[in-house]
Amino acid sequence: MHEIAISTEGMVKIFKTGKEERCAVDNLSLQVGCGETYGLIGPDGAGKTTTTRVILGLLTRTAGKSSVLGFDSMLEPYAIRERVGYIAQQNVLPADLTVLENMRFFASVQSVSKEDQKKRIPELLGFAGLSDFTGRLTGKLSGGMKKKLALACSLIHSPQVVLLDEPTLGVDPVSRREFWNLLGNLRAERGLTIFVCTPYMDEAERCTQIGLIYAGKLIASGSPAQIKGMIPGQVIELTPSNMEAAEKLLDGTDGLLEVQSYGEKLHVLVDDFTRRKAQVEARLDAGGVAYDALRQIEIRMEEAFISLVSQQAGRDNAAQVAPAVNQAGGTP
Amino acid sequence: MTAQLFSTRVEPEKRPPILVENLTKKFGDFVAVDHVSFAVNAGEVFGWLGPNGAGKTTTIRMLLGLLHPTSGSTYVLGYDSARQTKAMHAVVGYMSQQFTLYNDLTPAENIRFYGMVYGLRPAALRARQAEIIHMAGLEGREKSLTRSLAGGWKQRLALGCAIVHRPGVVFLDEPTAGVDPLSRREFWKLIYAMAKEGVTVLVTTHYMDEAELCQRVGFISQGHLVALDTPAQLKRLQMRGEVLEITVDNAEAAMRVLKAAQTSRILPLDEIALYGAQVHAVVNNAEQSVEAVRAILAAQGIAVRSINRIAPTLEDVFISAVKV
Repeated sequence: MHEIAISTEGMVKIFKTGKEERCAVDNLSLQVGCGETYGLIGPDGAGKTTTTRVILGLLTRTAGKSSVLGFDSMLEPYAIRERVGYIAQQNVLPADLTVLENMRFFASVQSVSKEDQKKRIPELLGFAGLSDFTGRLTGKLSGGMKKKLALACSLIHSPQVVLLDEPTLGVDPVSRREFWNLLGNLRAERGLTIFVCTPYMDEAERCTQIGLIYAGKLIASGSPAQIKGMIPGQVIELTPSNMEAAEKLLDGTDGLLEVQSYGEKLHVLVDDFTRRKAQVEARLDAGGVAYDALRQIEIRMEEAFISLVSQQAGRDNAAQVAPAVNQAGGTP
Repeated sequence: MTAQLFSTRVEPEKRPPILVENLTKKFGDFVAVDHVSFAVNAGEVFGWLGPNGAGKTTTIRMLLGLLHPTSGSTYVLGYDSARQTKAMHAVVGYMSQQFTLYNDLTPAENIRFYGMVYGLRPAALRARQAEIIHMAGLEGREKSLTRSLAGGWKQRLALGCAIVHRPGVVFLDEPTAGVDPLSRREFWKLIYAMAKEGVTVLVTTHYMDEAELCQRVGFISQGHLVALDTPAQLKRLQMRGEVLEITVDNAEAAMRVLKAAQTSRILPLDEIALYGAQVHAVVNNAEQSVEAVRAILAAQGIAVRSINRIAPTLEDVFISAVKV
């Protein structure tokens, strides 16, 4: 039994088109323990899919190391495939096969014996809530049901690890919740290791460990609580009558760390809420900007992400001034 | 707010910018939208939410006059969507999640194209083009091809094209799908800047954290309007049940035990789910359930570190509202 299910060390992936080089994954190191639910979280184009594909050995690695259950991604991809389930982004199940036919198809691709199929297929369909739809054409399933079927198919060979690339893309909140509840059940009941890529910040809360990825770099990793703990200070939320004026007035306040707009509200990150509340109020009053009652709010993953990305962007800008720059690692 | 009270006929000049009255749409025997009524006030940012297939898009299509209601009516800026469609289109903006932009054109050309479609005069269009380029933060990128722009810029350009003719009402259909959080925040800043100028905005989204940014939201489920209020009020009033956050050393084991207790009906739990290292349970009454949860876990040798009642998220409320 391996303690570490997925590991990458200084992993790099550079795509070359003609003379152009684009660094999609930049010196990325992460470790996923067995039984963890690891969320690789970041916006579109951050490098989530490329990371997943290199880990699985579907793309060649430019540099560094990567392995699953101790098997090297490049040297032993077949050993990985036998033990790992995968849902690709834009995963398309054959639409003209029924739910049951799809399950059988994936079972035979993965060389699952007829006996095992008899036991596992009904079990997995029951788990995915699809027992009543075995005869339905996959093309006629709702978006949420297709995702659940894809999950059931990826589990047909009883993998120890599953890698899911944006499995909830485009599904509505109800189906998204159901899908994550299924993942929670897999973790609790089977100890399955789950590696999931998602652009949804709120899905981070469903993971035990997360990595925030931006422009090919892992900018932070840890438990959701640890990541949120990386943001110093506290958040004041207020609704100003004039957003731009309020932002200008607050600039330069003592103890001010950051100002983020949040719809019609402002999130003002300060070192200490009780100390700075009156100062913030005084500045807005002096500038004639009206506002509703200031209140302290809990920092969420999204505020943390925005703050961490801004810090990273600041460091990148500073690095570009310095002479030694890794050209390939430039952000788009 | 009295917006939801507009169920009787309203005089044309007193109609709010978006008015939906007893709207019903049937496709054969299937009732996609069932007697839905709501109104959106001038300068309001309104979220229109619902699961797939709930009637969300059907409602928007009727508002835009692309689909005729079976009964009831919709008015946009006083125009009857079904009967005065052309006049209405001249004063309404629409942005779809596909960002209908021409990738082979530059941002400036895209703006000019949409401006000409809406019949803007050359001088007015030039001025408007500069405004939109500035609004979208596209200075210096006017001459790059649209295809080469990152998602956030494309999105702001698509919004710019949708409002080139200075519409009074803007419909945004999942405008931020696939855009990174920083760009999303920028985009919402633009939305509120428009609203401050009096533009009325109706936006649909699957991101519940984004729905929180709306001033008011309506939930549609199976054709019925099931909730209509501010996000804060919905979280206070609409949630059936209360959310407990259970912290233990072994969340997986706790989940197994509580799931078994739920299945055997020892413990009435509406929902039980793993959230990272914690377990969330939706119960009828938090105070009454805390000790029962603690006892069941203790009986299996699982020590509880804490059980707290936490505020429901808008997603919790949404799930609870659409559950049959």
